[in-house]
Amino acid sequence: MLLIPCPWCGPRDEAEFHYGGQAHVAYPADPAALSDEEWARYLFFRDNPKGRFAERWSHTAGCRRWFTLTRDTATGVFESEAGA
Amino acid sequence: MRDVPPQPERLWTSPEPKRSYDVVIVGAGGHGLATAYYLAKNHGVTDVAVLERGWLAGGNMARNTTIIRSNYLWDESAGIYEHALKLWEGLEEDLGYPLLFSQRGVLNLAHSLQDVRDGVRRVHANRLNGVDAEWLGPEEVKEVCPIVDVSPGVRYPVLGATYQPRAGIAKHDYVAWGYARAAAAMGVHLIENCEVTGVEVVDGRAVAVHTPLGRIAAGKVALAAAGHTSVVAETAGVRLPLQTHPLQALVSELLEPVHPTVVMSNAVHVYVSQAHKGELVMGAGIDAYNSYRQRGAFHVIERQMSAALELFPVFARAHVLRTWAGIVDVSPDASPIVGLTPVEDLYVNCGWGTGGFKATPGVGWCYAHTIAHGEPHPLAAPFSLERFTTGALVDEHGAAAVAH
Amino acid sequence: MTSRRREGVAGETLRFRYDGRDYEGLRGDTLAAALLANGVRAVVRSGGLGRPRGIYASWTEEPNALVQIEEPFPEPMLQATTVELYDGLVATGLGGRGRLADRPDPARYDAVHAHCDVLVVGAGPAGLAAATAAAASGARVILADDRPAAGGCLPDTGETVDGVSGTTWAAGMLAELAGRPEARVLPRTTVFGYYDDNYLVAVERREEGAASRERIWRIRARRVVLATGAHERPIAFAGNDRPGVMLAGAARAYANRYGVLAGRRAVVFTTGDGAYDAARDLAAAGVEIAAVADVRRDAHALDEALAVAGPLAGTEVLTGHVVTGVGSAPDGSVASVTVSGPSGEREIEADLLLVSGGWNPVVHLFSQSGGALRFDEELHAFVPGEAAQAVEVAGAARGVYTLAGCLEDGVATGTRAAEAAGFRVPPHPVPAAERVTALPSGRLWLVPADDYETHFVDLQREVTVADVMRATGAGLRSVEHVKRYTTAGTAHDQGKLFGVLTSAVVAHATGVEIGDLGTTTFRAPYAPVSFAALAGRDRGMLHDPVRVTSLHGWHAAHGALFENVGQWKRPWYYPRPGEDMETAVLRECRAVREGAGAMDASTLGKIDVQGPDAAEFLDRLYTNMMSTLKVGAIRYGVMCRADGMVFDDGTVMRLAEDRFLATTTTGNAAAVLDWMEEWLQTEWPSLRVYCTSVTEHWATVALAGPRSREVLAGLAPGLAVDAASFPFMTWRDAEVAGIPARVCRISFSGELAYEINVNAWDGLALWEAVVGTGVVTPYGTETMHVLRAEKGYPIIGQDTDGTVTPADLGMDWVVSKKKADFVGKRSHARADTSRPDRKHLVGLLPEDPGLLLPEGAHLVATSRLPEPPVRALGHVTSSYRSAALGRTFALALVSGGRERIGERLYVPLGGDPVPVTVTHHVLYDPEGARRDG
Repeated sequence: MLLIPCPWCGPRDEAEFHYGGQAHVAYPADPAALSDEEWARYLFFRDNPKGRFAERWSHTAGCRRWFTLTRDTATGVFESEAGA
Repeated sequence: MRDVPPQPERLWTSPEPKRSYDVVIVGAGGHGLATAYYLAKNHGVTDVAVLERGWLAGGNMARNTTIIRSNYLWDESAGIYEHALKLWEGLEEDLGYPLLFSQRGVLNLAHSLQDVRDGVRRVHANRLNGVDAEWLGPEEVKEVCPIVDVSPGVRYPVLGATYQPRAGIAKHDYVAWGYARAAAAMGVHLIENCEVTGVEVVDGRAVAVHTPLGRIAAGKVALAAAGHTSVVAETAGVRLPLQTHPLQALVSELLEPVHPTVVMSNAVHVYVSQAHKGELVMGAGIDAYNSYRQRGAFHVIERQMSAALELFPVFARAHVLRTWAGIVDVSPDASPIVGLTPVEDLYVNCGWGTGGFKATPGVGWCYAHTIAHGEPHPLAAPFSLERFTTGALVDEHGAAAVAH
Repeated sequence: MTSRRREGVAGETLRFRYDGRDYEGLRGDTLAAALLANGVRAVVRSGGLGRPRGIYASWTEEPNALVQIEEPFPEPMLQATTVELYDGLVATGLGGRGRLADRPDPARYDAVHAHCDVLVVGAGPAGLAAATAAAASGARVILADDRPAAGGCLPDTGETVDGVSGTTWAAGMLAELAGRPEARVLPRTTVFGYYDDNYLVAVERREEGAASRERIWRIRARRVVLATGAHERPIAFAGNDRPGVMLAGAARAYANRYGVLAGRRAVVFTTGDGAYDAARDLAAAGVEIAAVADVRRDAHALDEALAVAGPLAGTEVLTGHVVTGVGSAPDGSVASVTVSGPSGEREIEADLLLVSGGWNPVVHLFSQSGGALRFDEELHAFVPGEAAQAVEVAGAARGVYTLAGCLEDGVATGTRAAEAAGFRVPPHPVPAAERVTALPSGRLWLVPADDYETHFVDLQREVTVADVMRATGAGLRSVEHVKRYTTAGTAHDQGKLFGVLTSAVVAHATGVEIGDLGTTTFRAPYAPVSFAALAGRDRGMLHDPVRVTSLHGWHAAHGALFENVGQWKRPWYYPRPGEDMETAVLRECRAVREGAGAMDASTLGKIDVQGPDAAEFLDRLYTNMMSTLKVGAIRYGVMCRADGMVFDDGTVMRLAEDRFLATTTTGNAAAVLDWMEEWLQTEWPSLRVYCTSVTEHWATVALAGPRSREVLAGLAPGLAVDAASFPFMTWRDAEVAGIPARVCRISFSGELAYEINVNAWDGLALWEAVVGTGVVTPYGTETMHVLRAEKGYPIIGQDTDGTVTPADLGMDWVVSKKKADFVGKRSHARADTSRPDRKHLVGLLPEDPGLLLPEGAHLVATSRLPEPPVRALGHVTSSYRSAALGRTFALALVSGGRERIGERLYVPLGGDPVPVTVTHHVLYDPEGARRDG
């Protein structure tokens, strides 16, 4: 059970959160302008590093805010990272 | 308990790696070993090395709950899983190894009217695909597995189940060792403690792998690295739509036989069988977040236990003896990715998520064909990387039994 | 039966039955102690080989004495060494498999969350010292210990601390902790799992009379001190599984803690000094020590010391000797011990063989925490190395084996932990204990022999050194492979006692160093935990919350049967006396089509979306245009995932320029709200929009049927209900039955219909008023499903499965062509989503109008089924008997279905495939003539 540092509520149990996968994947500005390959990249392809990973969490059983954290997927340790 | 079958006197040797092989397979799990075996047996390709970062078959092969079934919804899935099941049915003889393959059937329980519709749909689809399947009402469920609580008063009553009699379990280690032994006997090199740290690509073609034991040239490189596939593929510049998650499982102490079949439930989330020695073997859903650590969170286990007791009240005083986790590579449509990559002579077999064990012989067969011929085996063709671009997904979320 | 109880030991007598015979024991005994006190040595027979087996250890490390509890309630496979004796206990020895009860467990189980600054695991000398030191700082301290009484090994060894007996000292420490308001002591509590971020889980076996039988503690600790002690190590020698072969420390524990003598005449087999203490205590208690076989050739100093004084005076110490064989009595237990060494080989008569191969620190939790282990060449043991979490290890758990050392280490560690957690620890005295100096221990894992068939390394799994060597001979090099090949270490004890020894044998056989080979992984749980304890209260109706509407009581009182929809209980249908489901549903359907019906629609998700950019926001999420909706109007809408597949549908009503109310399907309400929040917060934070779930604020009554206008008019005299004043797809605020209400003119049945929304508190009053008109028939979800299917309206999740686009459903009209983008739009242009042979939603009419197709049945093109695999054209998603059509009908997803309308297809149902005709998916009132009544 991870202890996840919610920037709004402080550290809380993992069970209170919903996972959102890789952070900083922006919805394309003009999807219609993308090729099928480019659109597929947006839809389905996400980083899957063994190591540092910027990822999104939502504190669904708390403040319900989405935020971004960086965690090492090989050690489970969070770095602190500000911002939503 | 001296109840394990006699084991062969010789399993495999640990040769020094050569400087070059026709085919280098990355990962000596069940899939890698089976692929090597069928490369040698079906295609005469024996100049093969299977490189393993740890101990042979020590990843998900050693950690899965050994359920074998082929009752998948879509034609594409039924094709490859049923091919696998047919191979399972002759595998002990083929490998000359006792695999404790036991066709004790699998029940997939339905707990809502929509579960019933989905179950009946799958039964009809299975039958058209030549997969044995029956729809059972609650009383018939009780006949197959008397300890399932089918009373109507529980939170999510059992409204019925799909039943595949030919499904079952096998002893995972023996499957790996059986393939390893047979492959080694045909000249395949099995090399443990040899992590592939990079795939060397020259002019768009994979030519070698790099390991702590040195560079090993390869005519073809075939990945079978499960949860670590993304890491290895990235060294070749290949990006795959995979996410790596922990998946936990557990066993109880040895118990007198109480559970004659395999029971899976999506809604009351757990799957259970009783292994030949008597321990209950159970699993549930993956842990939610990406992780390369073979450990999960405890609340997942607690939830799994409450689900187990909903279905099997008699388990109340059984004890959890050991828990563990593997890391599984999950694809967007809960179906595998098997085939060619944008890099020539580099092949991938990944994305099996929670379903890899049951496919072992089938995927080994098809992947070997794909590698040997340089084009996908017909049963593997629907599982190309290309489908994510066209949108022709094989969405098996419903059948995967775990909530991805 | 011979009593092996030491003289002067007394207490409350308890009666118990073991393997069919009645015995007596004392309160405070474990079952193992009581059995030994009664002279029972062979307590189980091994499963495969049928060898008699005795009691090997004295606590959770016991590898042998497994029992099945029969009474008061069957419980499989417990260790006799940890079962606290109680009056009326009935147990049997277990050589193989445990047995589950065939009746429900009446006991209750529980869980509790706790947070602390310092968690100390283990209340032995080091743990008590650590806990008292940490608690003195005012830190929140939890001290958890798996024994019923604190003190760890002190009651076993009888050592003194601060000049008083160890047990007295331990009691004093507990009293000190009891005086600290922030300290909590948890006896009988086994910490069995060490997870991420210092989250540890423990199981408390509660005393009789407690609110639950067992309780799981979920503890989040700032710092953890592991004072988990050490397990004495066995040695692999021929016959090391015989009853009467026992760890030296265990025999000492039985003598000192329980006043029980495990034998009369003992041989000691040791690699170090510890066994001499055990031998001395046993000798003082009246056990004859026949000889000490000490593997060390240089143990002469001890030899001389022993000769001078004390209970062991004159005991023969055979230095450089090992045990090479065990002779057995008729019951299989030890009758003699063969020792061999520089003096040659001798057979010594004895009924007890005390073994001490050194000590293994209990590193399980440390290893679970992610900490590294290293092999200590002086201690010949794996000890904690670098930590991965905020944890420290104290005392024997890190290889400090003297009492004085443990006390000192405990104080230091407890102090360090509290200070690391931000507390200041006042100067804390180190409790005093006798300082002893010991000779270095010898190292012996395995007594060499020609034949290793009875050198056991796993007593339950009956694995011998010979088996291990067969595994290494087969080419296996990894200790994990050997474990799996031989099954050593996979039994109930998970190799607690013999695991390291097994590694040593593998190392020996393969010619590597044990430190390089390592051990198998230490996994949770440290000791077995019952399923029921882990399930806790989350069973039965508490397994998942039950959600009911404010009308639920009425439905139940009026005979409704319920359907689970997500967590909700929804009325399925309302059978009248004598009606089966089919009759009831046909009656309800007819009532709605011909008169009026009412359904509780309160479970539909309702999301209040407001803010200046609300319209823009909804335009981006729904496939159709919402910004053009007029205040007072309602529009049906569909949402897709980014992959273009239908995700949810519902109505959107515009309440004000900047305010909408969106409804969702019952099962998807939370998912849709989450979906909205995710887009708002992570993609479009500049949009000024707020989303609030108001599902439970409202009770919603769907009033449908040609007579619904008349019913509504009667209940809402102030509301103009004529079609012109209150047109389709609009809403009005009104008073209905005297209750403030929002009335929507929408229909999911094709009939003239309304949805009346009131405050949830007023729901029952509204419902009773509607039904009380006498012309309105209550109907359930099944009727709703039939009526909507007749109209071709899909149910998301039933007629769709995550692979269906709006176009597949024949809903091009709901997909805006004007909007530059909406979520999912780009995916509709991909190759596969624009294929002409995609599966379309169509209607099916079986040629036999009485034949009800099973939902899920498949469609094929030919009347004769070829050999599998057969490519299906699609499947039946919904299938009903229709009162309005006077026949059965179905909806189906069929490849190229819209181009097949009028075609005959076939449904294989076992025999010959049955013919059906493909139709448009709207089968009832396709012109929409009934909408306005």
